Amino acid sequence: MVTVTDSTQRRTPKAAKTNSVFKKAVMAISGIILVLYLIAHMIGNLKAFAGAEDFNHYSHWLRTIGNPALPGATALWLIRIVLLVAVVAHIWAAVSLWRQARRARPERYVTKKAVAQSYASRTMRWGGVIILAFVIFHILDLTLGAVNSAGSDGEPYDRLLASFQNPVVTIFYAVAVILVGMHLRHGIWSATQTLGQSNRRRELTVNYTATAIATVLTVGFLLTPFAVLFGLID
Amino acid sequence: MTITDQGPHSAPAGTQEKRGMNLTLRVWRQKGPQVKGKMVTYKVTDISPDMSFLEMLDVLNEQLIEQGDDPVAFDHDCREGICGMCGLMINGQAHGPQQTTTCQLHMRSFKDGDSIDIEPWRASAFPVIKDLAVDRRAFDRIIQAGGYISVPTGTAPEAHSVPVPKKDADNAFDAATCIGCGACVAACPNASSMLFTAAKVTHLGLLPQGQPERNDRVVNMVAQQDREGFGGCTNIGECSAACPKGISMETISRLNHDLLGALRAGARPKS
Repeated sequence: MVTVTDSTQRRTPKAAKTNSVFKKAVMAISGIILVLYLIAHMIGNLKAFAGAEDFNHYSHWLRTIGNPALPGATALWLIRIVLLVAVVAHIWAAVSLWRQARRARPERYVTKKAVAQSYASRTMRWGGVIILAFVIFHILDLTLGAVNSAGSDGEPYDRLLASFQNPVVTIFYAVAVILVGMHLRHGIWSATQTLGQSNRRRELTVNYTATAIATVLTVGFLLTPFAVLFGLID
Repeated sequence: MTITDQGPHSAPAGTQEKRGMNLTLRVWRQKGPQVKGKMVTYKVTDISPDMSFLEMLDVLNEQLIEQGDDPVAFDHDCREGICGMCGLMINGQAHGPQQTTTCQLHMRSFKDGDSIDIEPWRASAFPVIKDLAVDRRAFDRIIQAGGYISVPTGTAPEAHSVPVPKKDADNAFDAATCIGCGACVAACPNASSMLFTAAKVTHLGLLPQGQPERNDRVVNMVAQQDREGFGGCTNIGECSAACPKGISMETISRLNHDLLGALRAGARPKS
């Protein structure tokens, strides 16, 4: 089966500190947390169609969940902490596996033809980097208002309008959301596979479900900014 | 009933003997493991479409030997598609454009005048020995880490005494068809050996004889593949598409399932 022709060099390979499949499981579970958050976030965004009052009321509710049992914005901060941990874990696993992959093939092929990989799976890494850059901008823009002076934390409707009435912001947002959609298209399938829940019989269903969730989220997230841009919401 | 005298081999009258193909080959030449390699262009002429890819390389080597050049080193053994010894990156695809082994790839898959790039498997865990031959002992070490069952020899039990459900037997056999050629690693964008290891884990893990060592097996084999310097799996599927035996992505899911279960059950790799 395998060569025993020469024994010039038995490398002592750098031992991987953490099991690569464990890293993938961390990636999968943190990814699932983020997808669940995205679903809730998208539903929240769509409240913009219900008008300023409903939208701001929703925002106010987020800051008072569990009151008075939980003081102030405790619940919101708990959600933010969980998300932050998930994002850090997701990035740690991704960077670590990315570096492992680079070490695993130091010399590239002169000619390499992809047969099975999808555009989504090919853009997971750089797509992820762009999504991260977007998320940082997005928080500065709409959460902190650092690059957006309109509205306030408690009354974000005006902030939403100010942001998306600017076509540049809307286009950046759209590109990022489409990248998120593709990221999820491969990510949901990959997470199912990583957590050992896929098999030949389920493979097609898993892939269709991944496409469906990715499409619904992409469309759902794009509706609000474009409605603002085209003046359907004001 | 009349029997007409038209054997299958009687050539139709008037056809001229067809000339073979002329091809341009760009072959990776590398004198040794530590030396830098490069692509070198060669021409081969009058190649029959019925030749296997390796026979075409034999023709090239005869030509090189006649010219006093160093022949191209490449691995091969049975040339029947069952040993796993041969394996070349042909025009950027592991084993070339057909889903089969390099020895079972025939020149009819190419056209006269084609240019063909031939490279070795590229992975740090598969260092080049010379030209197109790579050292795949990393696979042997993955097997040594757990790709076996421990049974006493000499007292083979009656095969029917341990029933195996038909479905499990079929799936185990499908996984067992892996010949360890390394095409999965070669095709993987991460140079991951996941499909190979998963095939072995599936093959043994589905059978009753594989149960006692099931947890330790998966944990140790995955630890060894990481130690060898293979990349991690990102479920892209290039491996399965290149596999001459069509090992499915399902095996990878099964490995993941077994591994996470084994870690939860407290199994840890031997250091």
